[in-house]
Amino acid sequence: MSSLIDVENLTLQFKTDEGLITAVDNVSFSLKKGEVMGLVGESGSGKSVTAKALMHLNARNAVYSPESKITLHLDDREVDVLSLRKPSELQVVRGGAISMIFQEPMASFAPAITIGKQMVEQLMLHGDMSKAKAKEISVEMLDRVGISDAHKRFDQYAFELSGGMRQRAMIAMALSTQPKLLIADEPTTALDVTIQAQVIDLMKDLVNEFHMGIIFITHDLGVVAQTADKVSVMYLGELIEEGPVREVIRTPAHPYTQGLLSALPKLDDLDAPLTPVPGDIPSPLERPSGCVFHTRCSQVVGDQCMKALPERYDLDGNHSVSCHIYPKGARA
Amino acid sequence: MSGDILIRADGLSVGFQIGKGMFNKQILKAVDGVTVEIEKGSFFGLVGESGSGKTTLGRALLKAVPITGGHARYDDGEVQYDLAELGGTELKDYRKRAQLIFQDPYAALSPRMTVRDIIAEPLEVMGLTSSRAETDEKVREIAAKCRLNLEHLRRFPHAFSGGQRQRISIARALVSDPKFVVADESVAALDVSIQADVLNLLKELQRDLGLTFMFISHDLSVVAHTCDHVAVMYLGRLVETAPTRTLFNAPKHPYTKALFSAIPSLDPDDRGKTQKLEGEIPSPTNQPSGCKFHTRCPHAVDRCKVEEPSLQHAEAEGHEVACHRWQELFEPA
Repeated sequence: MSSLIDVENLTLQFKTDEGLITAVDNVSFSLKKGEVMGLVGESGSGKSVTAKALMHLNARNAVYSPESKITLHLDDREVDVLSLRKPSELQVVRGGAISMIFQEPMASFAPAITIGKQMVEQLMLHGDMSKAKAKEISVEMLDRVGISDAHKRFDQYAFELSGGMRQRAMIAMALSTQPKLLIADEPTTALDVTIQAQVIDLMKDLVNEFHMGIIFITHDLGVVAQTADKVSVMYLGELIEEGPVREVIRTPAHPYTQGLLSALPKLDDLDAPLTPVPGDIPSPLERPSGCVFHTRCSQVVGDQCMKALPERYDLDGNHSVSCHIYPKGARA
Repeated sequence: MSGDILIRADGLSVGFQIGKGMFNKQILKAVDGVTVEIEKGSFFGLVGESGSGKTTLGRALLKAVPITGGHARYDDGEVQYDLAELGGTELKDYRKRAQLIFQDPYAALSPRMTVRDIIAEPLEVMGLTSSRAETDEKVREIAAKCRLNLEHLRRFPHAFSGGQRQRISIARALVSDPKFVVADESVAALDVSIQADVLNLLKELQRDLGLTFMFISHDLSVVAHTCDHVAVMYLGRLVETAPTRTLFNAPKHPYTKALFSAIPSLDPDDRGKTQKLEGEIPSPTNQPSGCKFHTRCPHAVDRCKVEEPSLQHAEAEGHEVACHRWQELFEPA
């Protein structure tokens, strides 16, 4: 299958009063059509910033390195995302070919405008259509995501809906423009488990139906295991491990990924002690030298961990890791 | 465990009045006739979806919201209080015996106070120490137990990460030497790698200081790993309560079962195996008749729509369930 989006050497820093903060460091990945990628990491790992870069949506103080390149492959053309400047050009990656679902649906809907009006507005912006047609599509979409009484809900405000319903409406809105790529930033974190299960199911159905690519940002490895085809793990702006979901979850290669999995309380073994990853995530202002994880790593192999950034090492079948444990220069 | 009961709630209800005016007054029952016993020295878990009333129950036991029905007794061996009637100096005394740890360590700490002042404030407000030296001594003692060092005490909260901030909140809650601590979603805002650390700390403190914890959480796997006893709430009612192991091995209530099954499994090959619960928790102002869960229950029959089930003893020790059909549904055939 052909590539949908290619991210190459993405490096992103923020200018702040305290100096330049590196949020994303030399991250590369690509996503195919119809593929679901889980982007996992703790707060401050740069996963949201990476996703926003795909829509060129980061704040004004963001500085992209000259080597950074994001290419979106559409049916009729290729879009160099980071070179887009004018709002009219940016529309294609902001709601056109790429849509985003945010974590907190209450904060993503305008509180004083009805759900329907917001849906119609964006449809009319992105697709050349009449208001009546836009309304028809919106109501159909609301119905499609399992909102009962879609006609009534169309004229309601965000506060009148429950949390799960709001997230469904958010999904309906994001999908009504038929994007090629959907970025879902912690879409189920604010929801109860029972509602989370419903939303995950809904998203899986929609991938099959619309055949789009999804980047699923989450800190919950269980959610990733249930949704993603492949996983990328980030820590302090570095992509430290990536691979097919089964390999990464069953045989995690990076000490951090291993730590994350053993820190997770498991239901099938209640006696297993909870093993936290020692220490705290360093402040982005005090970015560790060498491998960024060495300050918390229990498997430091020597000086190189403190001094050199580990190279990418390919394990079997598209599974790769960046860690000094693995032999140097063995890159396949 | 001693087997003594620290808190015994009997038909405890908390109602809030909503709507104004004489004719559209409505009572929202957030907690509705809950009967529960919390053993001294236990780690008592309370789970449920948002809107189930778990936070309100926790606050009622802290006397932070008015109790509108039923009784709750507190007995730590030194004093006994009837929480529904509590007031005046007794209430003041209860405040230092019962404490709360909040969910969001970013919102709970004043940015303008040093960590030392944050931890010392309860002591000063409640007048528990007589000199600054004594206050400092107590602050240092509890800070050390929560793995904060002297250097940390001089700084302001903004310099700390989420996990460290939560440790500061814990120190503040424990400095007055409470007997009963309600931890309301205290690890929900933390990253997984840090969450385990804070949970281990809470367990350690509970053992060392002989505390009784009420641990409110929506995360069942966290509850399974930390609590001795778990109660499940739905729309203000207790639907099932049991020792942790019993509950997780053999849940009897369809709601508990559905909750367990909704937890995303770490095994990618388990996809599609979960048993889905349809719909959402009904609004507490418009509660279903009969068993409150019948609108979403896959096993509901006519009886469930009219008659509300009460908590019945299930086979295991301390296992209680409120369902008309638990025997036929989950009993081995």
